[in-house]
Amino acid sequence: MDNIVGQKSSLTWLVNLAAAALVLLWTIPTFGLLVSSFRDRDQILTSGWWQSLFPQEASVQYRAGAPDTAVQEGGVYVISGNVFDELALGEVSAFGTNSRDPAAYPVGETITTDDGYELTVNADGSYRLTSATPLEGTRGERIFITSTQAPSFTTENFVKVLNAEGLGRGFLNTLTVSIPATVIPILIAAFAAYALAWMEFPGRALLIAAVVGLLVVPLQLALIPLLQLHLKAGIGKSYMGIWLAHSAFGLPLAIYLLRNYMAGLPRDIIESARVDGATDFQIFLRIILPLSFPALASFAIFQFLWTWNDLLVALVFLGSTQDQLVMTGQLKELMGSRGGDWEILAASAFISIAVPLAVFFAMQKYLVRGLLAGSVK
Amino acid sequence: MEQFFGAATTIVIGVGGCLLYFFLTNLLLGRIFPASGPNISRNINRANAIRPWLFLFPALILLALYLVYPLFWSIYLSVMDANGREFVGLYNYQWMVSDPKFLESMRNNILWLIVVPAFSTFFGLLAAALTDRIRWGNFAKAMIFMPMAISFVGASVIWKFVYDFRPEGQNQIGLLNAIVEAFGGAPETWLTHEIVNSFLLMVVLIWIQTGFAMVILSAALRGIPEETVEAAILDGASPLQLFFKIKVPQIWGTILVVWTTITITVLKVFDIVLAMTNGQWGTQVLGNYMYDWLVRGQDSGRASAIAIVIMLLVTPIMIWNIRNARKEMR
Repeated sequence: MDNIVGQKSSLTWLVNLAAAALVLLWTIPTFGLLVSSFRDRDQILTSGWWQSLFPQEASVQYRAGAPDTAVQEGGVYVISGNVFDELALGEVSAFGTNSRDPAAYPVGETITTDDGYELTVNADGSYRLTSATPLEGTRGERIFITSTQAPSFTTENFVKVLNAEGLGRGFLNTLTVSIPATVIPILIAAFAAYALAWMEFPGRALLIAAVVGLLVVPLQLALIPLLQLHLKAGIGKSYMGIWLAHSAFGLPLAIYLLRNYMAGLPRDIIESARVDGATDFQIFLRIILPLSFPALASFAIFQFLWTWNDLLVALVFLGSTQDQLVMTGQLKELMGSRGGDWEILAASAFISIAVPLAVFFAMQKYLVRGLLAGSVK
Repeated sequence: MEQFFGAATTIVIGVGGCLLYFFLTNLLLGRIFPASGPNISRNINRANAIRPWLFLFPALILLALYLVYPLFWSIYLSVMDANGREFVGLYNYQWMVSDPKFLESMRNNILWLIVVPAFSTFFGLLAAALTDRIRWGNFAKAMIFMPMAISFVGASVIWKFVYDFRPEGQNQIGLLNAIVEAFGGAPETWLTHEIVNSFLLMVVLIWIQTGFAMVILSAALRGIPEETVEAAILDGASPLQLFFKIKVPQIWGTILVVWTTITITVLKVFDIVLAMTNGQWGTQVLGNYMYDWLVRGQDSGRASAIAIVIMLLVTPIMIWNIRNARKEMR
């Protein structure tokens, strides 16, 4: 539409660049955490995730074998071994014998130390210290090495959080909450929406206005009274309670979306069905419900994302013991108790995000449609 | 396994029960007022008058019990003591206006109310305008829209990692501090830095809500009548003029809707603050403060009073929404 008049190519470039910058800005935080969830703990803590594709450098001090471990070989005293005995850190890139210049020599070179010994360190970490005279002292020679570690990625974090941190349990709990809470309100809302869209009765406009009003009622308001109600009714803190709560909280949006959609269906179809003697019940089940599929799908996605991602309702209406927590609740607990363990947080976050993201990318069309219909215009 | 069985049973009972209810009541209505016999027209009229209420009944019951009743019960609880036993009048509200933490929450909520809708709408408009003009626009849209699917808690983890702090001298692993260091600054523990931290929390919500603003505004931009755009181009309007003088005024109504919808979300914000700072270091907001009094303070009076304040803040937008909806229906 904007291209009726030829656009300057410089402007097109600018638009492309600006859009790219915006997209980068919006995806980089998520991407950073995603990359981190596959890195091992030590690497996360010692280098930024943006460096994860490059080799990591680390400087370590190593003490060669003690002088009394030297063996005599063809007239010289030899101590040999591997600097990676204790720490596996990849490859040696340089070494030195002085803390002021820990990377003085390239690997493979034979040098003479201050004490007059000859020392070689190879890339694989093996070293050889030789001396013409017996070595003196009780402690081994100090060797400083600079190692480079190849980038390494692992899926261990995910295994760990699913089992040890109990996220597997949380996943099941979340699923248990969100599926019924998505399915149950749909039919209830659909009948109500049909009545509000196609049946004439006094008070209809008032009810529609009430639904629009209820759309924005803050949940905070409902928490305490409903918790008391549930305790009194004997439901207590249970799945039944949270299903009912989520279903009811989702109803205003469901009714509103479905009513708007149904009201937009062609009048002719419904009128001619009425003339043919169909009852409202039949019209609803045979005509309206199938035709309303896109709106039903939109609402189902909204409700699923909302119930899956919800923290507040779950914290209040489900218990907060380890077995009862949903994933968002567990994630919040982990942020408090394991604040510095980014490998655990990152992997946990991605397990909880994975399902909504999959739903999002698979059903984006319906989500957009629902948003467009759902915002009061 | 047991809970899955419970969930499956609930779905079957819930959906089946609904269907059964609607089917049976409909059948019953047909029996009581048969569309035949001597009083046929009176019967049909009566059945038609009752049927809408049968359709509405389950929804109305749920709405009344879970949304309308709590509204009034909260008002009642807010004038009662911590256990809801004794009447204390406006004591909870009096306490509120002199409580520093509440005043801090109010101040922060006002800050959030100004900053988040403004920036989300701005970035949403920018993203909509840009992505509508490029070939890979749909991909770009999906990427900017994606945070909408991420939970507030998940988003908090993502951003807390961006704000992470390592002491000076160590490699920074948080992106923000790494950038600060790259420009020669000193790393900061951002989340404990008063005022700044509130804005850093707002960034999370802006990041989430921009996608929503973009989707709605992009649809509105595409709905602008072509003639107005064509005429402006023929008259030699520059792309910027075209955007700000022709397009934006035409979608003003939609911008307002986006703005108010995000405002509502902001008023209810809770998860982000709870997960990232739990209201420490001057970041408290009403939503989290209410939860604090409910769970840690065990004081239903104060918690309800705070909830009522949130409701009062939402009310103007609620009324505006209702009026708009009624106008549209006419």
